[in-house]
Amino acid sequence: MNIAQRKFDTLVIGAGGAGLRAALQLSQAEATVAVVSKVFPTRSHTVAAQGGMNAALGNVTDDNWHWHMYDTVKGSDYLGDQDAIEYMCRAAPKTVVELEHFGVPFSRLENGSIYQRPFGGQSQNFGGEQAARTCAAADRTGHAMLHTLYQQNINAKTHFFDEFFAVDLLKNKRGDILGVLAFDIESGEKIIIEAKTTLIATGGAGQLFRTNTNASINTGDGLAMALRAGIPLQDMEFFQFHPTGVAGKGMLITEGVRGEGGYLINAEGERFMERYAPHVKDLASRDVVSRAIAIEIREGRGCGPNKDYVLLKMDHLDAEVIKKRLPGIRDTCMTFLGIDPIDQPVPVFPTAHYTMGGIPTNKNAQVVVPVGTGGEEAIPGLYAAGECACASVHGANRLGGNSLLDIVVFGRAAGKHIIDYLKSHRRHQALPDESIEQALQRLAHWETGALEHESSDHENSDHAKNVSVAQLKNRLQQVMEEYCGVFRTEDVLAEGVKAVQDIKDQLEYAHISDHSSIFNTARIEALELENLVELGLATVTSALARQESRGAHSRVDYQQRDDERWMKHSLYYLQDNRLCYKPVRTKPMTVDTFPPKERVY
Amino acid sequence: MRFSIYRYNPETDPRPYMQEYTLVDPAPGMMLRDALLRIKNEQDESLSFRHSCGEGVCGSDGMNINGKNGLACVTPISELTQPVIIRPLPGLPVIRDLVIDMSQFFTQYRAVKPWLIVKDPIPEVEFKQSPEERDKLDGLYECILCACCSTSCPSFWWNPDKFRGPAALLQAWRFLADSRDQATEERLQALDGPYKLFRCHSIMSCVDACPKHLNPTKAIGNIKKLMLKSML
Repeated sequence: MNIAQRKFDTLVIGAGGAGLRAALQLSQAEATVAVVSKVFPTRSHTVAAQGGMNAALGNVTDDNWHWHMYDTVKGSDYLGDQDAIEYMCRAAPKTVVELEHFGVPFSRLENGSIYQRPFGGQSQNFGGEQAARTCAAADRTGHAMLHTLYQQNINAKTHFFDEFFAVDLLKNKRGDILGVLAFDIESGEKIIIEAKTTLIATGGAGQLFRTNTNASINTGDGLAMALRAGIPLQDMEFFQFHPTGVAGKGMLITEGVRGEGGYLINAEGERFMERYAPHVKDLASRDVVSRAIAIEIREGRGCGPNKDYVLLKMDHLDAEVIKKRLPGIRDTCMTFLGIDPIDQPVPVFPTAHYTMGGIPTNKNAQVVVPVGTGGEEAIPGLYAAGECACASVHGANRLGGNSLLDIVVFGRAAGKHIIDYLKSHRRHQALPDESIEQALQRLAHWETGALEHESSDHENSDHAKNVSVAQLKNRLQQVMEEYCGVFRTEDVLAEGVKAVQDIKDQLEYAHISDHSSIFNTARIEALELENLVELGLATVTSALARQESRGAHSRVDYQQRDDERWMKHSLYYLQDNRLCYKPVRTKPMTVDTFPPKERVY
Repeated sequence: MRFSIYRYNPETDPRPYMQEYTLVDPAPGMMLRDALLRIKNEQDESLSFRHSCGEGVCGSDGMNINGKNGLACVTPISELTQPVIIRPLPGLPVIRDLVIDMSQFFTQYRAVKPWLIVKDPIPEVEFKQSPEERDKLDGLYECILCACCSTSCPSFWWNPDKFRGPAALLQAWRFLADSRDQATEERLQALDGPYKLFRCHSIMSCVDACPKHLNPTKAIGNIKKLMLKSML
């Protein structure tokens, strides 16, 4: 085979916060690390995270990792695994301080320590007063973190494959993952990267929905690669809608606005969150606030000529607070809306934001799959961290500020575990040709144009000839928004499954006309859409099956949470769209279990 | 709305050319990136350009728009005169269409050691930094590495291999200005000589081009001042 081949101890796919944190750990331990990213690392979507990361430093209010853990379990609507949550919340303070030592320019308090702001779902003393737990660099925390991590990686001499697109994981018969087939976007040249250990850190799939806060690169490539490698995806029905995306456009307006004292009003000027969450009002968890906004609009209290949004008010705040703590979103409002939030409220609407589900992992970021007897087992040498993973620390609903935390805590955990693993696994395993062939086939489909090698007598071929990748992507995003949005019902979801399946079928016969090698973005978009479609099907299939309302998954036809039947994780397999389930890990590492309770804010 | 876009695919085109496109019914408030995506999706999928976040934070879609460098995703088309002339960022090799080879730009960035250097033992807690000390990093750490500044700088066009360029020098100052950093001497020494820093002639094209409203010229001035001070 005439394909370049390179060998590394560890392959990291994705150069966002999780991938870069792991790579840094590994490079510093002198493992050879290849980071493959389809964009230059600082373009990764971590860069867009605004509000901050949670850690019980207690710089502003009294705080404790155990309270943080309670809030996270409650926020997850009791679907989070409590051992992983304990691990994350305990590790948080140390991990933030480490980032500060790396150079992250956190905002500061008068005494010189890291600035922390209140965020939704944060409490002191297990549900008491509001805590201020979110460590922030103004409203550009993700940018500050990502650039710092990249800078540290340059210093540590991590090997980067910038603008390389990963096509598929390579594996042997036993299911061990041995590397990846990728291609250099600039030249189109293929490369096989062999590795003793692989970390998938490719982020979420926000591009599933038409209006979303995500970058165009967020197409869940690693999730789909895992599916195709026979690994199930966990809890894909839980997709977070952020309460405050710019109405109709989708740009994110950080929860930090409400943390700094902003609040939502409806057409009557009413601060409606007082009715939905009397205690914490606008700082309830995201699922609660998003549903409240959707209900206000549905009941006719939306703002504007079409009554289709609510307003986020911060014009009562001191202009200096906005300039100092929220400069980025002020910029966004002025650029995209022509509104200065110092003077005018901002139209917002719940907007697709975060993939709670993902590749099933444990607290070491190892990928785990069910085994025959009902337990689960780690796939040797395979790891996942960040938004593409499901540890599960977010369960049915992620708390704001826990995502930047998740990526660094589990990126670091993966790095640590990999270093240990490499000590006892010193050799590369043989790479079977069949696996490479399979991955090449996926690529060949778009290299020559599907129509040319599909039989021309296919009954749909005339119809399919006219469908472009871009049209199908639009259709998928519309279907997901329409059939799998904030509120869901059996009939609509069932139609959604059919509609996505239909798009998947059509995609097989869709074509691209650009078959050039150099920086062919049409081909990349086709490969990305193939990934997205699988994830759309995973999401809507899992949502149809879950007959309860929990966290971000709201079923109009099953309005209650049903712990007896449904306090369990869904696992979706590509083959036959099969679903199975596994129990929630309710036993923490050292403390007592938080048993499920009614969730009020 | 009419567009004239630089096209070049080295596999098939003997030389670059400008291609005309017309976009019917552009949406009100549309940004240039969305207009380009519509052209790509509806008329010509072979048109290549980088883009990602769509809100001016990832730094992917720097391009030369009616003669001025900027980010397509935060440039409203309503402000542009027609035909909108779009070219790749100037001064660096073109890979294809609007996609440039940024290697030299990143080499210069890496050359200023853009990471925090601390020599004292690391404490258990965070390094303390007063709000006033932290304020000095505002206007510096926000750089998104889009290269709009460096590719608008005539000094960088002439000496992209020797002159660090405004983006890298802004980062050099970001670490010099950081109260936690302990490598001032080395950083200054590394910038000495006729090219790395001193090729800046304060033309200020970089300031004009920066989509994040940062001021590399001022940062470069600050480095020069500090250098002078350390020599006295």
